[in-house]
Amino acid sequence: MRNLLIFITKYSAFFLFLIFEGIALYVFINYNDFQRASFINTSNELTGNLYRNISNVNDYLKLKEINDSLARQNALLRNQLMSSLYIDTAGHRKVNDSVYKQQYTYIEARVINNSVNKRMNYITINKGSLNGIGKGMGVIADGGVVGIVMQASPHFSVIRSLLHKDTRISAMLANSKEGGSFMWAEDMDPHKGLLYDVANSAQPHLGDTVVTDQHSLFPIGVQLGRVSNLKPKTGGFFLNMEVKLSVDFSKLEYVYVINNKFAQEQQGLEALQKDE
Amino acid sequence: MSRVIFANFIRFVVLVFIQAFLLKNITVYDLAVPYPYILFVMLLPFETPNILLFPLAFLIGLSVDAFYDTPGLHAAATVLLAFVRVLFISITVQKDGFDNDPEPTLGGMGFRWFFTYSAVLTLVHHFILFNLEVFRLSEMEYTLSRFLMSSVFTVFLMLITGLLFFRKKRA
Repeated sequence: MRNLLIFITKYSAFFLFLIFEGIALYVFINYNDFQRASFINTSNELTGNLYRNISNVNDYLKLKEINDSLARQNALLRNQLMSSLYIDTAGHRKVNDSVYKQQYTYIEARVINNSVNKRMNYITINKGSLNGIGKGMGVIADGGVVGIVMQASPHFSVIRSLLHKDTRISAMLANSKEGGSFMWAEDMDPHKGLLYDVANSAQPHLGDTVVTDQHSLFPIGVQLGRVSNLKPKTGGFFLNMEVKLSVDFSKLEYVYVINNKFAQEQQGLEALQKDE
Repeated sequence: MSRVIFANFIRFVVLVFIQAFLLKNITVYDLAVPYPYILFVMLLPFETPNILLFPLAFLIGLSVDAFYDTPGLHAAATVLLAFVRVLFISITVQKDGFDNDPEPTLGGMGFRWFFTYSAVLTLVHHFILFNLEVFRLSEMEYTLSRFLMSSVFTVFLMLITGLLFFRKKRA
């Protein structure tokens, strides 16, 4: 027994190393599981509030750019107003609209923490479960898809950015409706993505728009980017193409979280299928 | 003694803040990302007992993780860094024969020793960090180049910090 104690004290560094390395790796591997919650991230009160304060200062410095983008969006929305359209049919009558039922609602939020230079990037926003945000909801910005909500605390949420090695989004070419999968390119360029597993029969052209398709958790037709390079990366059965992202992640300010009102119903139905 | 504890506490807070708020979004050519917060573990006094060294390394790793949304990643790398630090010091520094307790700083140990020390420790730390983050052999080439460029950047920042707080050891 005494010898054992002497042995342990003599090599204390090694044993301490094993213990703490074990703990660290355990925490790391468990967090990668999408399902599990953890408090060591930017959705907790301390780090979240710190980042919010810093972002308040940053926003002040970026006021001009934000104003420009808001003005642009205002103009766009104004164009769609009824009052800015010229009515060319004489008998205009009001239709009581019972055909449509609202499926998606949008919650706007401000980005308070963001990064683009890691292999796994996360975004923190200033709205949380109190505003109706929940795990698994899609997030978009002005130009297109931003990511998926990974975790929501009462006042903050952490989003797994599109710029993350594990993010996959079901997408299609807007013109030909050819489906494929979308992921971030491996060379970590924050402006480029990869559309892969597109059927060989597709004939993509440079500049084609890539949008989300009906299998994704986003509404159909949210833009991801434009095809910028057609060189096939592998000589497999499927086509790959490079996509220039439509969202500039390094300048992300405001995002919209999508609440799909039918998500629960759909998941419940699909779960029933699995049980059988 | 209390002065040493105080100085290290301040260093801890300042380094984590700089890492989380200033350096988080700094990248050179999508390649080099600096992580000079590991300076905290390197600059702990020689006589820090192991039982304290490893928890401290774990703690600063986890603090940075909290800001980077990667629980465990930096903690794993800094704990390994602490282990390599113990090995490196036991090989290169004689335990006895110090008159006035020196610190593993640029001023205390000289440029050659400090450069080797920081370079070796940074390389080990960054190697684990980047490979654990990507965790894919298929991207090895790119990960390695990121690891090398980032190490150069970090060591550069460390040497500059060392010169900034340079205090020559009184003979």
